[in-house]
Amino acid sequence: MSDRAPIVAARGVTRVLGGAVPATLVRDVDMEVAAGEFVAVTGPSGSGKSSLLYLLGLLDRPTRGRVLFDGVDTAGLGGDALAALRLARMGFVFQFHFLLPELGVLDNVALPMRRLGRLAAAGAEARALGLLARLGLADHARKSPDQLSGGQRQRVAIARALANDPVLILADEPTGNLDSASARLVFDVFASLAAEEGRAVVVVTHDEELARRATRRLRMVDGAIVPSGAPPAGTGAAGA
Amino acid sequence: MRLALELALAQLLRRRRQGVVSVLGVTLGVGFFIAMAAMMQGFQRDFVARVIDVQPHVVVKDEFRRRPAQAAELAAGPRAAVELRGEKPVDEPRGIRGARAIAAALGDMPGVAVAPNLAGQVFLRYGTREVAATLTGIDPEAERRVGNLERDLVDGSLDALHAVANGLVLGEALARKLGARSGTTLSLAGTQGVVLKAKVVGVFRTGITSLDTSVAYALLAKAQVVLERPNVVNQLRLRLVDPEGARDFALRVEERFGYRSESWQESNANVLGIFVIQRAIMYSTIGAILVVAGFGIFNVVSTVAWEKARDIAILKSIGFRERDILAVFLLQGLLVGVAGMVLGWVLGFLIVAFMGSLRFEIEGFVRLQGFVLHRTPLHYAASGAFALATSALAAWIPARRAARADPVDILRGAT
Ligand SMILES: Nc1ncnc2c1ncn2[C@@H]1O[C@H](COP(=O)(O)OP(=O)(O)OP(=O)(O)O)[C@@H](O)[C@H]1O
Ligand SMILES: [Mg+2]
Repeated sequence: MSDRAPIVAARGVTRVLGGAVPATLVRDVDMEVAAGEFVAVTGPSGSGKSSLLYLLGLLDRPTRGRVLFDGVDTAGLGGDALAALRLARMGFVFQFHFLLPELGVLDNVALPMRRLGRLAAAGAEARALGLLARLGLADHARKSPDQLSGGQRQRVAIARALANDPVLILADEPTGNLDSASARLVFDVFASLAAEEGRAVVVVTHDEELARRATRRLRMVDGAIVPSGAPPAGTGAAGA
Repeated sequence: MRLALELALAQLLRRRRQGVVSVLGVTLGVGFFIAMAAMMQGFQRDFVARVIDVQPHVVVKDEFRRRPAQAAELAAGPRAAVELRGEKPVDEPRGIRGARAIAAALGDMPGVAVAPNLAGQVFLRYGTREVAATLTGIDPEAERRVGNLERDLVDGSLDALHAVANGLVLGEALARKLGARSGTTLSLAGTQGVVLKAKVVGVFRTGITSLDTSVAYALLAKAQVVLERPNVVNQLRLRLVDPEGARDFALRVEERFGYRSESWQESNANVLGIFVIQRAIMYSTIGAILVVAGFGIFNVVSTVAWEKARDIAILKSIGFRERDILAVFLLQGLLVGVAGMVLGWVLGFLIVAFMGSLRFEIEGFVRLQGFVLHRTPLHYAASGAFALATSALAAWIPARRAARADPVDILRGAT
């Protein structure tokens, strides 16, 4: 564990989805991620990994418990304040790349910078090009997303997540549909984002081999975090 | 804002066909607004201008709006309770009493010209034709001050009324009905049995159908003979420097002298009432077109917002606020509105230009050669404002729904 102050922390977080049959997606989770940490979250399908990520990313609010960002309880923040935090401090990568089809590759990456408005148009473009180069996509900047392969799009999405130099990166199965070489490249990027640049990185993955490269591993079962060293008897370690 | 505009445009371009249909809806609404407003207002303003030009602005008549006090009431005083049985009305001799004094008093007011008249029903006979008409006895000198009859003469002159024994000036359509023209001698019959031979010395055309088909002018003295009302004047025709103030002026005249005083607005109340209805019909028709256009916009923005649910989730996860998303979708509606408005202006301009080029004869309340069109930037401004308001309103509903969408719901649904 890191001795640094956590960037994001969950304190007794429970998320119940109302409805005819209320479903508990996340159950009493306590966790924190500090700068420089690369945390891998594993667990069977339906165990609540994505749901936890939405809570840490302030896209969703807990039913019980608190999510602290930079030591501040986010329960007291309004929608605009949360949006501002996501814009300037976080980067999301989803399982299905999720690029905006109307915009070119470069514009997709520059989009968060333009929304933030800290960089002038030329500066944003230069930075976006740099990020694309870092992910091995320098030659594809002028293309439209639908001219790229699935793996390439996923890397564009990662570049976009890095646009505003976030302290926290949240990725939901970013290598879900990548070949193993691309997957390794993506994990190298995440590892260096944490180790060399001191960002906090949380990655949900099914890939046990890749998960081993994280500085810390969390295993979720049935919405709760279970001790990763000793999986409960009878539960398959490999997940779903 | 620029970013929102770019995103809005990019998303709209993906829905080109629907977008074009919505734009055309707005275009039609705006185009017809301009065309119909130009036509209707042109016609209405033309009518009013002609009426003000040709007709007296106020006519004081030998009538009372209220029944005059009856003999018994007069005897008992105004506060007494009187029951009347088998009463005989005080028979006012028709005509304006003290017309000369009233005319003098009115004529002394600034901005007021007065002409005393006697008007009554007569029959004009020429050959086998007999046509009923209103004979108005005038004093040509005074008449020149209250109207433009002399200018409206297409044939003959007013002075010729003095030159012959019994001169008549007829409306053009009336003359046509009789088959008479200048120089024709016809017989003029009053309702009391007096019949005179009269000679047509002039024909006028005001363009106002009701006048041209039924009015004949003679000298006041001759009219008094034919109508058998010696020395009687039953109308004072007034012309005001400020015709818009005729209503108030008529009210004051009536208050002071008691006689019914009709402003041109009151005399033409039926036509002006029709104008109000016309305007109501026009605005509801255009309103309906714009509502349909609004549905088109609602449709395209809803469709885009529905299709773009995933993009909304992405934008929100990136850190776009609700109002940023709202702006993106609202702007799509406004883009449609602005495009429709500009094209509608062009369409409206072209329709008006086309209507302006048409030449034809119609005879309604007035006689026209083609459409009278009123062109004003106001119509463009009003139609544009309507179009933009409709677009904004139509886009607002789906845009707000999109802005409020929960990104997590969308993400859960998508994965
Ligand atoms: N709309 C919903 N209504 C009810 N239950 C839902 C809904 N969406 C998800 N769930 C349930 O919530 C639980 C957690 O889902 P979540 O997506 O967080 O799991 P996950 O660990 O990310 O799964 P996966 O590895 O397949 O992505 C699951 O058991 C799922 O069945
Ligand atoms: Mg998931």
